[in-house]
Amino acid sequence: MINESLAATSDTLFSVAVGLYSLAVVAFCAELAFGGRTAPARELVAAGGGTVQRPVPAAAGGADDEPARARRWGMVAMALTALGALVQAGVLLTRGLATGRLPWGNMYEFGTAVVLVAVVVYLVLAVRTPALRHIGIFVLAPVVLSMVGIGLFLYASAGPLVAALRSAWLAVHVTTAILGFGIFFVSGIASVMYLVRSRYEAKVAAGEQPMSRIVHRLPGAAALDRTAHRTAVFGFPIWTFAVIAGAIWAESAWGRFWGWDPKETWAFIAWVVYAAYLHARTTAGWRGRPSAWINVVGLGVMVFNLLYVNMVSTGLHSYGGLN
Amino acid sequence: MTTTTERPAAAPVPPSRPSPRRAVTATLLRWWRSLTAMRTALVLLFLLAVAAVPGSLLPQRSLSQSQVTRYFSDHPDLAPVLDRFYLFDVFSSPWFAAIYLLLFISLIGCVVPRAIEHARAVFAAPPPAPRHLHRLPDHRSLDSGLDGAATLDVVEEELRVRRFRVVRREGRYGPELSAEKGFLKETGNVVFHLALLALLLGLAGGKLWGYEGSILVTEGDRFCNTFQQYDNYSAGALVDAGDMSPLCVTLDDFKAEYEENLTAASFTADIGYGLAGSASRNTTIGVNSPLRFDGDRVYVTGHGFSPVFSVTFPNGDSFTDISAPFLPAETQTMSSEGALKLPDVPGSDEQLALQGLFAPTGSVQGGVLTSVDPRPLDPQVAVFVYEGYLGLDSGLPQNVYSIDQTQIDRGNLTRIGEANLKVGESTTLADGTVITFSGVKQFAAMQVSHDPGQLWVLGSAIAILVGLLGMLLLRRERVFARTTAGPGGAGTVLDVGALTRGSADTAPRFTALTDDVAAALARRARTEENPRT
Repeated sequence: MINESLAATSDTLFSVAVGLYSLAVVAFCAELAFGGRTAPARELVAAGGGTVQRPVPAAAGGADDEPARARRWGMVAMALTALGALVQAGVLLTRGLATGRLPWGNMYEFGTAVVLVAVVVYLVLAVRTPALRHIGIFVLAPVVLSMVGIGLFLYASAGPLVAALRSAWLAVHVTTAILGFGIFFVSGIASVMYLVRSRYEAKVAAGEQPMSRIVHRLPGAAALDRTAHRTAVFGFPIWTFAVIAGAIWAESAWGRFWGWDPKETWAFIAWVVYAAYLHARTTAGWRGRPSAWINVVGLGVMVFNLLYVNMVSTGLHSYGGLN
Repeated sequence: MTTTTERPAAAPVPPSRPSPRRAVTATLLRWWRSLTAMRTALVLLFLLAVAAVPGSLLPQRSLSQSQVTRYFSDHPDLAPVLDRFYLFDVFSSPWFAAIYLLLFISLIGCVVPRAIEHARAVFAAPPPAPRHLHRLPDHRSLDSGLDGAATLDVVEEELRVRRFRVVRREGRYGPELSAEKGFLKETGNVVFHLALLALLLGLAGGKLWGYEGSILVTEGDRFCNTFQQYDNYSAGALVDAGDMSPLCVTLDDFKAEYEENLTAASFTADIGYGLAGSASRNTTIGVNSPLRFDGDRVYVTGHGFSPVFSVTFPNGDSFTDISAPFLPAETQTMSSEGALKLPDVPGSDEQLALQGLFAPTGSVQGGVLTSVDPRPLDPQVAVFVYEGYLGLDSGLPQNVYSIDQTQIDRGNLTRIGEANLKVGESTTLADGTVITFSGVKQFAAMQVSHDPGQLWVLGSAIAILVGLLGMLLLRRERVFARTTAGPGGAGTVLDVGALTRGSADTAPRFTALTDDVAAALARRARTEENPRT
């Protein structure tokens, strides 16, 4: 029934993917280290201790004044990330082949798929808008942490699906939930980066000299905010669809389409928070930092929904594969 | 316009106090405005999210009464306080209802005026061009060799090709053009919010007219859709028990299948069903595939075993093949617990009960029975036998699946024997009563649900999604153009400006539009110069 050698290959590929992502993090660090030729702190302290107003780099961030060596490291990092994503797709593919089913039947597989979607979303963004490459380390570092956590704490060996999951709705509901989660993951990180960057820009505008070279190289606050919003706009209908598909499945599996099961409750809370985020961005007084905070809360809710609801509370969504 | 009248300069009239009625109206209007403001809607959305949190962190009566009971016994001081705030019934509590009703009203106040305004805008012409086109987010000036009207003809053609609605006006600052497209974006917005309201109505209707009953059915048994027969039921306030469809279901056979590693692969129940008094049909239902019949749905929500006993009393009377469902305590091995109560013992005033453990595949180690496999490969029971008063007629409700512990504590029930039995084995009590474990039947936990709002909710949910996609993915674009005489009266200057909602990168599209306009203008100018070629 289970092809053990394919299952073992899948586990090996998981380690390889973690390794590649870790190398990508190192390469992103190198890019930062070599990209600091125009480190703000060094050249802008005027004699007598006064500070010189320096224009804030525009939306493109530090991309245009980037030395060739940093650019090369950046490309290496991107290549490693892309390779890691391919290998990670291989993890799921071999799992699926080993078990003869869709490879998202437990938390280990679900988490792996979510992280893969997040990496792919980042890659697409970075290819389309090169300045966004500079948030790479802030995407890849959480990715590595998540992967290590998934491998250590959520691992479940390859096995058949429980009876309740044997339904065509698994392909619809869980796939869209994974997509939505992965997209919100990147959106949340973009909002965190926006919060950091907008504070930096406010300091620069106030004539202070923030020391952070990393933040200096981030894309501009407006670009980060736009990225966060556009990814959330992309993710929200997908998440809505996932919730609706879940309700349709629940109607045939559990006897009601909505019953405030803990997972349903938190999916609803996440939906409400993201709806609030999208509204806040067009509401006077909530634009900018307050709405970015809402997006960060949304990501927190998503992570809580995955970890707490599956591992601590008891509900109908107990398919984690953890005993 | 108000007309001013001459007033005596010396006596400025103090502003008259508004009449109480107008003051009340003004206050209500102010409340209404602040309730329907976007800011309030945002706060209410947040409140709704926060209010749902305790419903997932604390046990809820609607999900598991037993967990609530356990919480009460674990936290005897805290639980009653929480209960006073409806924290074990969050989703049916007045404060949760208050939040979503306020949100409901706020939503109506938001969306209805917006829908009316949008309906008006759909039939109205695009608004006149603003005075300063160069202040629009996208703007470009082009030189045209044509006169004003011909230039605008070219612009209009380019916009009509792009499916804009175009209006030409002779404006105060020169001939101008307004164009608009993308009404579906706002339509999506209105549809989304109206569908949210419809969904809430459907939910409420389903709760009021819906019901749900659950029952344990042993193979060979039959039940009908009446509240009297269900072990548990919940019904909406407007459910009339007389209107329930007279559906009857017989459980013919229940099958549980397992993978090699004992993962449950499928649960199926062969049932006969039909309206009372009419012919019965056969079908198979299971996990993920309920029976849908006449507005009702029949589910298998669980399963378990009913050990079958025969009891022979000293006077020669006997009960054969009596059974009671034992509830699974552990789904992995189907180790189950239950009780069989015998209130009427022939030839004796004492009542009798068996309580214990059932293992579908038993393994006894050190006298303790455990189950090692969920399949009934070697069914065994470990039972205690009690004699005395069961308290069934005491007036207090008691659990069907266990004997009343308080009767044991009071000394009304005493344990008179215990035995580990395999199928076919028996034990003899001190008074000569023989208890035989004669076999095993399976039972299925079945549920009948009725929710008339369900399809309505599904339709609303789909409308929500469609509206959302329209709202988020479409753009509403307005393009304005105006021609003025070129510097020194030579040629024509065309100003084009655009305003787009729902898209960040408008510049490339605007450039493409104006490039096309410029090319068309050049072409047209050439053909006017040499009409023959």
